[in-house]
Amino acid sequence: MKQFKGRVITPGKVTAEAVVTKEGFNTLASLQMALQFGDKEVKCGDQSNKELYGKPLLGKALCLPQTIGSTTGGLVLYCACAMGKNPACMLFASHIDSLAAAGAVLADVWVEGVTMPVVDSLGDEFLDYVKDGMTVTVKEDGTVELA
Amino acid sequence: MILTKEQQAILDGEHGETLAKVMKTLVMYGDAFEAEKLVPITSKYNHLVTSFGLKVMSPVYDLMQKILDAGVASGQKFSVDPRPLDKNVPANFLQNFVFNKFMYTKQSFYEDQLEKLGLMDKNAFTCTCYMDEVGNKPKKGDILSWAESSAVVYANSVLGARCNRNSGIIDIMGSIVGYVPYFGLLTDEGRRATWIVKVETTKKPEAQLLGSAIGMKVMEDVPYVVGLDKWIGSELNDSACAYLKDFGAATASNGAVGLYHIAGLTPEAVEQGESLIAEGAREYIIDDAELERVKAGYPVIWKNPDAKPKLCFVGCPHLSLEQLKDWTEKLETELKKNGNKKVTIPTVFTASPGVLAAFEKTEYAPRLKATGVITSYICPLMYMNNPLCKKMPVITSSNKLRTYTSARYYTDAEILTTITGGKI
Repeated sequence: MKQFKGRVITPGKVTAEAVVTKEGFNTLASLQMALQFGDKEVKCGDQSNKELYGKPLLGKALCLPQTIGSTTGGLVLYCACAMGKNPACMLFASHIDSLAAAGAVLADVWVEGVTMPVVDSLGDEFLDYVKDGMTVTVKEDGTVELA
Repeated sequence: MILTKEQQAILDGEHGETLAKVMKTLVMYGDAFEAEKLVPITSKYNHLVTSFGLKVMSPVYDLMQKILDAGVASGQKFSVDPRPLDKNVPANFLQNFVFNKFMYTKQSFYEDQLEKLGLMDKNAFTCTCYMDEVGNKPKKGDILSWAESSAVVYANSVLGARCNRNSGIIDIMGSIVGYVPYFGLLTDEGRRATWIVKVETTKKPEAQLLGSAIGMKVMEDVPYVVGLDKWIGSELNDSACAYLKDFGAATASNGAVGLYHIAGLTPEAVEQGESLIAEGAREYIIDDAELERVKAGYPVIWKNPDAKPKLCFVGCPHLSLEQLKDWTEKLETELKKNGNKKVTIPTVFTASPGVLAAFEKTEYAPRLKATGVITSYICPLMYMNNPLCKKMPVITSSNKLRTYTSARYYTDAEILTTITGGKI
């Protein structure tokens, strides 16, 4: 087991299977089609992201450097949470970006009954180490365990 | 974060639960970036990114309704991104059915909400709100609460306003309380460049391709671009502004750039020069080969890569008045050269309602119409965000549209040749 410590953006604890991208995660391109057309697994629709395209994101531990793209990103993430179609958690190697932060905060403040822990600043080593399929455990204090 | 008494009172619920939640959202958002305070918004108008009544976005409309019901509407009037539908744009029976009966069923409802929340006017739907014909053009130094990545990067870079890459919903929340958290691109330090980009091409680089290359390299960092003024001049005239509009949109969508400086051209670069460059800034050299490499790396995701295009979109972000005139002249020349009178592929030029109205008053409008090109205020991205368009071979000179949809990117010159019946 390997442990990393990050900064808590929105708190919570969860255990989930990792899906990993080392490229920026384009929230609109990744989630819109799946949300719009009721994909039960919320498969990533971003054809530019070769690591994630077509992979289910629902209930997964999404490991990423940061999000990129349209400024609808935050509200798309908020909608995903409100619809119960969100990743189990989002784990950022870098400092969180403004769009992901907005989505995480909007979900935390305005959506009742949904917890999506978001931790950032886990470091480049985290993203080098974590692989698809690993079991990820997130703790309230921002500790992330990989097994 | 240290709040004023007035801000703390709002957070404590003295002005109602909904306003307290709006303030809590902004404070938490600022805390994520170690913002120490909230600062007043100083622009006359806001700009929102959410213009579309997508059924799937119901949580957004529910939230807006909570705000309306609480009587805490925006303190600023605002423009908003383009409408997703226009009957002038070609669509088959099935597409129209999906658009009107399945996807955009909330459009009227949402536009009604926008009017109640503070829409500038019924035509204030565009991603290029900063055009003179639209009238939402902030002043240098203005603090904004805008969203829409292409508008934010333009406002920061070309106009010298100060705005973070805010998400939809956060944008209007700033207007509601009148403050935004002070961090990132609002600060002097956050506006310093951490990349030096040297343009060493042998010809004027395609705006949307150069922006794409830089966006993918620097991600959310601030680039200081050297050598571009050689190609686009040292004056922010109509031509340079149109170039920077398209360039910036590509940096923002292919990466996450919210501000760029162009040496000798953009306001802060002219005033402060290389003192804007942070210590330890990395370097990226762009030559002809690098642009070719970037273009060749775009995936071709059409089912049949050799399919004949069925539709062409030009104008994402929306075209300026000068761009519409320029395209008209080029189309006439190229059609004549290729022995055609009208475009050979259905083609839609998109621009803001204000720009289109101004264009209609010029002698160019009937000439463009004669080429067969359709003009529209639509958002091509919203038009294409559905599985029916995924199967459709659409071409575009917009790198933003390419990024978010299955549209295939070509340079402006390649588009011109293709739609006029020539061979690339």
